[in-house]
Amino acid sequence: MTETPDITEPATRPARIEWRAATVRDVINETSHAKTLVLEVPGWPGHLAGQHVDVRLTADDGYQAQRSYSIASEPSKPTLAITIERLDDGEVSPYLTDALGVGDRLELRGPIGGYFVWEPDVGGPIFLVAGGSGVVPLMAMLRTRATAPASIRASVAATLLYSSRGWDDVFYRDELAGLTSDRNVRVIHTLTRSQPPGWTGFTRRIDADMLAETAPDPSLEPHIYVCGPTALVESTAQTLVDLGHDPSRVKTERFGPTG
Amino acid sequence: MADEPIISRGFRGRRAPVERASRIPPGQYEERGFPVLSAGPTPRTPLAKWDFTLRGVDGASATWTWDEFQALPHETITRDIHCVTKWSKLDTVWEGISVDTLIAEAAKRGVSTAPFLVAFSDGDYTTNMPLDDVVGGKAWVVFGYDGKPLHPEHGGPARLLVPHLYFWKSAKWVRGIQFTAHNEPGFWEVNGYHDRGDPWREQRYQGDP
Repeated sequence: MTETPDITEPATRPARIEWRAATVRDVINETSHAKTLVLEVPGWPGHLAGQHVDVRLTADDGYQAQRSYSIASEPSKPTLAITIERLDDGEVSPYLTDALGVGDRLELRGPIGGYFVWEPDVGGPIFLVAGGSGVVPLMAMLRTRATAPASIRASVAATLLYSSRGWDDVFYRDELAGLTSDRNVRVIHTLTRSQPPGWTGFTRRIDADMLAETAPDPSLEPHIYVCGPTALVESTAQTLVDLGHDPSRVKTERFGPTG
Repeated sequence: MADEPIISRGFRGRRAPVERASRIPPGQYEERGFPVLSAGPTPRTPLAKWDFTLRGVDGASATWTWDEFQALPHETITRDIHCVTKWSKLDTVWEGISVDTLIAEAAKRGVSTAPFLVAFSDGDYTTNMPLDDVVGGKAWVVFGYDGKPLHPEHGGPARLLVPHLYFWKSAKWVRGIQFTAHNEPGFWEVNGYHDRGDPWREQRYQGDP
């Protein structure tokens, strides 16, 4: 451990992550219950794939509510995208998905989080495991990779294992399909509740056999990112360790969607 | 940047009843469940291999096995907890041993405190605090939650409980405390989170007041 100055020494304090005014430039329907807000954020300092923002809403009497949302867009994009799953009984998400339109403004601050992140310097292979809306920060990683120089794309193999209830619950469906035109990218879906006619893919919850079949071999030392509901993340992370992956290379982010 | 808050037309929000609202810090909302957040796989240390250590700046240390630890005086603690990811949970009930007790016991074995400390855990998690935040009935090492053994997802077999700070300070899977002469940022603190983390001052991130 290195010696650092006391908390009380003001010169060591980094700049505050300021609240910024963001303007909605586009709203994209991802599924019947999830939308992407494409935001213009003047002064945005840049971010890494995997980081999130805090969003703050203020009612006309001054009451405020905050929630955290993962960033879906790659850092090189001039706009910032967040994808929000609507919780019917949520406090904030129904407002973001139903009430906000192009031209509306909201406050956010970020980027936040320095651990569950991937950038090209980290290298590969990368193995991404998503449950439901947990795909959002992993999409930022895939988009970052897809827009990186060809040498990065050639050296970083990427696999996404993505668990959804049904085909219509899959976020970014067409874009994910498009990403696989790169032979170094694999996208594997499992649809746990309902499947479209002719579905030949996985139909069960993520388990040890599925992870053994889809994950890069531990000897390749993949960087693993798991994001989704607690039960999925707990069992996936434990199984990956049991399969021989170093726990320090298994990064997790657990969330129920936040209301 | 945003000097005046932007009013969200039509946003009402869901306000807690007054008697509960006064217990919810700024930017937080009340959660009735118990969400789980951690950065990696859940470590699993068998009780037979578990121990807990207090270590001074000079290296002097006191270590308890699980059974020795259980023999120390237990307390039942009912407190509100506040996670930096915005949820707060009221009236959580824990069972554990006060850090004051551990410090007093360790003192008998020649272990001195220092102005700061780093709590360390299985899975290489660490978090830092000033000594003042863990003495005087403000912090515990807990192994029981809601009348049952603490589940591994929530930090079992034992975690730190420092309920007056954001909950990442309540290190899961805790195995000991290293006293330090200076403030030494821990895992989340070097990844952008605040050194102190007082929810009532909304000290979420590095740079917050």
